[in-house]
Amino acid sequence: MDDLLREFLTETSESLDRVDAELVRFEQEPNNRNILGNIFRLVHTIKGTCGFLGLPRLERLTHAAETLMGKFRDGMPVTAEAVTLILSTIDRIKSILDEIEARQREPGGSDGDIIDQLGYLSEDLAPQAAPRGQEQTKPREEATDERPNDARGERIASHSIRVSVETLDHLMTTVSELVLTRNQLLEIVRRHESSDFKVPLQRLSNVTAELQESVTKTRMQPIGNAWQKLPRIVRDLSAELGKQIELEMRGAETELDRQVLDLVKDPLTHLVRNCADHGIETAGERLAAGKPARGTVRLSAWHEGGYINIEIADDGRGLDLARIGARAVECGLAGEAEIATKSPGEICNFIFTPGFSTAAQVTSVSGRGVGMDVVRANIEQIGGTIDLKSVAGAGATFTIKIPLTLAIVSALIVEAGGERFAIPQLSVRELVRAADTGEHRIERIKDAPVLRLRNRLLPLVHLQEILRLGGGSDQGFVVVTQVGSHVFGVVVDGVLHTEEIVIKPMSSKLRHITSFSGTTILGDGSVIMIIDPNGLSQVLGRATPVAQTNMADVERAEDAAAQEATPLLVFRAGSPHPKAVPLSLVARLEEIDCRQIETSDGRHLVQYRNRLMPLLQIDTQTSIKREGAQPILVFSDQDRSLGLVVDEIVDIVEQRLDIEVAVQRPGLLGYAVVKGSATEIIDVSHYLPLAFDDWSRRRDPPAVRRARTVLLVDDSAFFREMLAPLIRAAGFRVVAAASAAQALAAIKSGTRADLVVTDIEMPDMDGFELAVTLRADASTAAIPVIGLSAMISAEAIERGRVVGLQDFVAKFDRTGLVAAIKEQSADLHRAA
Amino acid sequence: MSDRQELEAKMRQTVDFTEFVTLTAAGQMFGLPIARVQDVFKPTRITRVPLAGAEIAGVLNLRGRIVTAIDLRRRLGLQSRAEDRPPMAIGIETKGESFGLLADTVGEVLRLADADLEPIPINLDSGLAAVSAGVHRLDGQLMVVLDVERVLDLHAAAA
Repeated sequence: MDDLLREFLTETSESLDRVDAELVRFEQEPNNRNILGNIFRLVHTIKGTCGFLGLPRLERLTHAAETLMGKFRDGMPVTAEAVTLILSTIDRIKSILDEIEARQREPGGSDGDIIDQLGYLSEDLAPQAAPRGQEQTKPREEATDERPNDARGERIASHSIRVSVETLDHLMTTVSELVLTRNQLLEIVRRHESSDFKVPLQRLSNVTAELQESVTKTRMQPIGNAWQKLPRIVRDLSAELGKQIELEMRGAETELDRQVLDLVKDPLTHLVRNCADHGIETAGERLAAGKPARGTVRLSAWHEGGYINIEIADDGRGLDLARIGARAVECGLAGEAEIATKSPGEICNFIFTPGFSTAAQVTSVSGRGVGMDVVRANIEQIGGTIDLKSVAGAGATFTIKIPLTLAIVSALIVEAGGERFAIPQLSVRELVRAADTGEHRIERIKDAPVLRLRNRLLPLVHLQEILRLGGGSDQGFVVVTQVGSHVFGVVVDGVLHTEEIVIKPMSSKLRHITSFSGTTILGDGSVIMIIDPNGLSQVLGRATPVAQTNMADVERAEDAAAQEATPLLVFRAGSPHPKAVPLSLVARLEEIDCRQIETSDGRHLVQYRNRLMPLLQIDTQTSIKREGAQPILVFSDQDRSLGLVVDEIVDIVEQRLDIEVAVQRPGLLGYAVVKGSATEIIDVSHYLPLAFDDWSRRRDPPAVRRARTVLLVDDSAFFREMLAPLIRAAGFRVVAAASAAQALAAIKSGTRADLVVTDIEMPDMDGFELAVTLRADASTAAIPVIGLSAMISAEAIERGRVVGLQDFVAKFDRTGLVAAIKEQSADLHRAA
Repeated sequence: MSDRQELEAKMRQTVDFTEFVTLTAAGQMFGLPIARVQDVFKPTRITRVPLAGAEIAGVLNLRGRIVTAIDLRRRLGLQSRAEDRPPMAIGIETKGESFGLLADTVGEVLRLADADLEPIPINLDSGLAAVSAGVHRLDGQLMVVLDVERVLDLHAAAA
């Protein structure tokens, strides 16, 4: 095809999409001259180019449309009839363009019908506005008006160039391979301690990361591109269905990867159609229900962490739960009794089942029985999730969460049954260590494994069992995974590290295995399978009938509880009454072999970490076991440790610590209700001097003993969610803030912060600036600040030192972070 | 050039030949048309794939490409290979995907006349018969010609 012609077709189709969107806005805001100007210019440009390329039929048509629009520009009232006419003109233009594209020449035929109508309307409108003579001069004036705009267009053009999508895709593939090679080199250097390579490799690593980011950026497009056709669709639907529907769009400028954008276009269109067709009522019904006659479909998009959230909400009638339930029974998806026990959320989810449609009659708009299941499949295919909330009479909201880019993802490399697997970080919420004796123990309800996590039962799957690699052990790690609103734990034997992986498609011979979403090559050159959390969640759905509670409620309750909750270690010692101690004070839980316990001068001692550690009993009733393993709580203060002998460790609970009855007994702070039973809260400070005579002198004033508060600042919700439980588990209170400004506001409003942990890379005010601001204010100058960064360069560390960061930790180095927090808070102790 | 020589030369030209890469699995010799063979390599670090069919030995990294390794013995229903003898792999590409057929040994390339290809004996094991295109009689042994597409059609094997 002629290059000029191809260019023209590409540009024109882009322009037409924009005209579509503009026209509908124009109809809603007929007085907005700005919009009118835009449409006019677009049509004008098409007309001009047609003349140049010798496409007379198109030229005549656009000319007629332009004339009419010129009238509107002069202040003619815009009628619905006129908008419809212009829309059909544009449809005609499109069909001619399609023909041109297919045959490379303009098709024969005439557009007399439309041109006549356009002309008639222009004539009809004329007398109302201005005398004829003036009108005729208009087009010529327009042409001169265009010049400044053209000049501006040229200026913009010189700053950007057109690059074909293939070139960008190829660039992305190449960069992906580069990332892999970089990972391989890093792996090699990790094995050989040759320092010669380290520095240049670090540099290479940084450059690769930058390159990856830039290339990813070139592929980013505003989501508005996928929305362009929607206003027109909604307008046509309103006419077809006889409803008044308004489409609101927010966040159209939110960018995401072009590839992802292409894949969400159709699901979005389908959802919007669905809202308009099923959701919004007719004007009469709406008025009767006390709502405005005009219904609204609201589309919004925003970034959050590595995700883009897209919300499609309508203010219509909401989902008809009764009908969905009935239909589910009809389809044999559930029994009637079962439906009765299901939550509204679960019933709503039936609509995503293949072949499920409740539309009583099949309309051309929706209700063809294919749809919502395809929408969900498409979204899940790109690693996204879709969620549905519906309130009867008030409307339904679909929330789609999709990763910004597909090609390279960060993954957690885990081990199960002697094999390694990658779990995409995007679906990982947190990691919990599971051990029989530890804080989190895997329990079983009948045969279903569960984990008690912050007062909630988390259903578990053993990766090893699902993959038939043998029976899974209850020791290891639980990867808390989220798919949509479904949270579950994946039990693995070990967590090795995180790595940026390039997803390679699954072999066609393996694609039927739903537990995997792809393969990847690790830094050490080996191939591993990428776990598909969606697939696991399906397996879980079949295997473990653990009642799912309404997630949103649980989360809210959990958040509220976690705000003020103190993790308490509950144990028994001596008496059957439970005892508890704030977990933050316990350094470690240990079981020691009784044979190692020595007695000297009436005191019990044990060799612990190459030192002698005194063992103390809570009271005279507690006895030290003579054989087997003796559980102890280890308390440490700097270089000294003390073991407190207990009978058994019962649980770790996180709750508000309200000491209700204060007692005058040494070693006892008082009683509190912990998980429904009266529990003795042990005063650790009583025991420490018993072990070391000089401990009391170094003892902290009682006020300092309460859990310290860490203010966690990170713009990514993902990191906040990942790090907060980690810090909490280390025995601190956590207050999270999504930005530096929010953090400063929290401090100003009286939130206590003993320590600030802040992300360095944040929009608006970054971590360095936050530290500077804190330092500048006398009341906050003493708060230690720990910086978190995905990339730590020498410059960053230097800058951190200058602005007074106490420490700098890599974002994925969880152990490092906890160590840094502990160290800083220990310094505070000494200072206090 | 005599008439007879001319005739022979003509005959050689008209007779079609196919080149085969020979391999053995469980003592049986097989042949794969060389046109379908990408390369021959010693597979290292095969990652087994849980939940995959028995004939899938796993996946491996061959110069940055992910290759699905198919155990020929299992695929053809032959006796399983002893663990101590490392297999050889024959790389095959089809529909943009890479596969590796694991055989016990890979031998020389033979150029054989198509006319000599004999149909599969009717009493041949049905599993073997389903993936073979015929048999070549060589000195002292038979070479079963494998049809690559049918060998890779695991779905048919399962059915």
